Amino acid sequence: MTVATGAPTARPSGQPRLGERPPGVGGPWTMASRAFHAWLVNYRRTWRGSIYSSLLNPVLYLGAMGLGLGTLVDKHHAASLGGVSYLTFLAPGLLAAMAMQTGVAESMYPVYTAVKWQHTYQAAAATPLRPGDLFRGHLMFTTMRLVMNTVIFVAIMAAFGAVRSAWVVAALPVAVLTGLAFAAPLDAFAVTQEKNDQAFNVIFRFGMIPLFLFSGTFFPITQLPAWIRPVAYITPLWHGVALCRALSLGTADVTGALGHIAYLVAVALLGLYAGARTYRRRLNV
Amino acid sequence: MPDPDVLIKARGLTKRFGDFTAVDGIDFELRRGEAFGFLGPNGAGKSSTMRMIGCVSPPTSGELTILGMDPVRDGPAIRARLGVVPQDDTLDAELSVRENLLIYGRYFGLRRPVIAERTTRLLDFVQLSERADDHVEPLSGGMKRRLTIARSLINEPEILILDEPTTGLDPQARHVVWDRLFRLKQQGVTLILTTHYMDEAEQLCDRLAVMDAGRFAAEGSPRELIETYSSREVLELRFEIAEHELAAAKLAHAPAERIEVLADRVLLYVEDGDAALDDVRGLGLEPLTSLVRRSTLEDVFLRLTGRRLEDG
Repeated sequence: MTVATGAPTARPSGQPRLGERPPGVGGPWTMASRAFHAWLVNYRRTWRGSIYSSLLNPVLYLGAMGLGLGTLVDKHHAASLGGVSYLTFLAPGLLAAMAMQTGVAESMYPVYTAVKWQHTYQAAAATPLRPGDLFRGHLMFTTMRLVMNTVIFVAIMAAFGAVRSAWVVAALPVAVLTGLAFAAPLDAFAVTQEKNDQAFNVIFRFGMIPLFLFSGTFFPITQLPAWIRPVAYITPLWHGVALCRALSLGTADVTGALGHIAYLVAVALLGLYAGARTYRRRLNV
Repeated sequence: MPDPDVLIKARGLTKRFGDFTAVDGIDFELRRGEAFGFLGPNGAGKSSTMRMIGCVSPPTSGELTILGMDPVRDGPAIRARLGVVPQDDTLDAELSVRENLLIYGRYFGLRRPVIAERTTRLLDFVQLSERADDHVEPLSGGMKRRLTIARSLINEPEILILDEPTTGLDPQARHVVWDRLFRLKQQGVTLILTTHYMDEAEQLCDRLAVMDAGRFAAEGSPRELIETYSSREVLELRFEIAEHELAAAKLAHAPAERIEVLADRVLLYVEDGDAALDDVRGLGLEPLTSLVRRSTLEDVFLRLTGRRLEDG
């Protein structure tokens, strides 16, 4: 039985003709989608559990904070909420915050595991795939997870009656973009970590949690002292929250929306640029 | 016109990491159908060389041509035609045996029916057919290594690169792996491997390069290396501990090509071991035990690098 070639009749060595792709090598999208496929095969094992938490989390948050705490808040007719119920105010903010969480969760440890614990990235780097293909393939998977989670979240929001405008549909891609504005730079960062995963705890505790609490998700940013507000403005989450909320409440204007989108796209592109470099530096030493 | 049977050609190939020179200007050629081995202790530069050949580590300087292409510019096209068995396990432990081959086959852009057909054939070849749908995690070290070999063959590579293919395996598992590699060699697969096991090098390699501190200390077939760097036979002598030093001193005058005094025994490199033993007795020495054996690669290695391979 023969298992491998290597026979003298194999194709002659040498460069393929110009404009012709050598066997096994595809364009950037094809190559990235092969890496995406590997994540999909992995996800086949865990998708059920992930769907449960994607359903449960919004129900818990919207129930406890939106309905429970919201009842107290609504008694005071807080003017800064813009005349809507707390639930309606909170839900789109949570949508963006949840997208951030998904982006963070799908980037740091999965990438670290692939490069440090299981070395599956090193295995893939020995194939026609380039480090950048592995990076973009993982972002494709993250995008898929973001789409799944945001669609589920908006459906639950609607079920809670927390939607005021059909423009909420436009909040879906905005939330996905918010998640990617975190995932792309964090992928780029996670792949550089060689010794241990301590940096991730720091990012969780001193990055993600403060953002989650102080980026306008639970209360308008105008409640913060004026001197600290600029800090919120430079974080991607605030832009995601502000635009998702404006769309859900039907108060969005074109200039504001474009500004937020431009900022989120810029951060995601920066991550995309950085990741192509850090992946190459880590995997092609 | 380059020779189409020269699959890899390296001239002055060098790899530096900061101030450290891992590979220090080596020259070699790999021809179609041969099995070439890099023998050396840990840190000799074997793995760095393999990573450059595998197109995942750009050379610092020198010339490297693989399948007629430049590894820096044509990395993906070259890697599409290579098979790599890395030193560490890089399998996806949470997936099944079959799924590991599926995702790897997809990396090469192979279509599913092709992957399915090859998976059946390859798992049969590495004797893992019964574990096809089991998770990888609980497999033994030997099984994982065999699966890695199957995975490296999914694209029907023209060159198979193996970095210490049996390191860390128990003797039985090693023999199964050797047996499989030997079959591949018989089928004409071009092998390039690193090892620090003498028996592995002798069994599998047509040609060897002994590597030390990033350089080639010697190169040739196992037979040539032994002929060039060692004698035909080795006489191993053991003396009473109290007499060991004295005996060693007296033996300095014994007729041998070379004498090596180890902590517990004295090695005489000679043409005829039995005759040499008579000579030793003629000097009035009576060893506790004596052993006449043929020279091995281990002797070559000791001579060339001054230390044992396993010490690393």
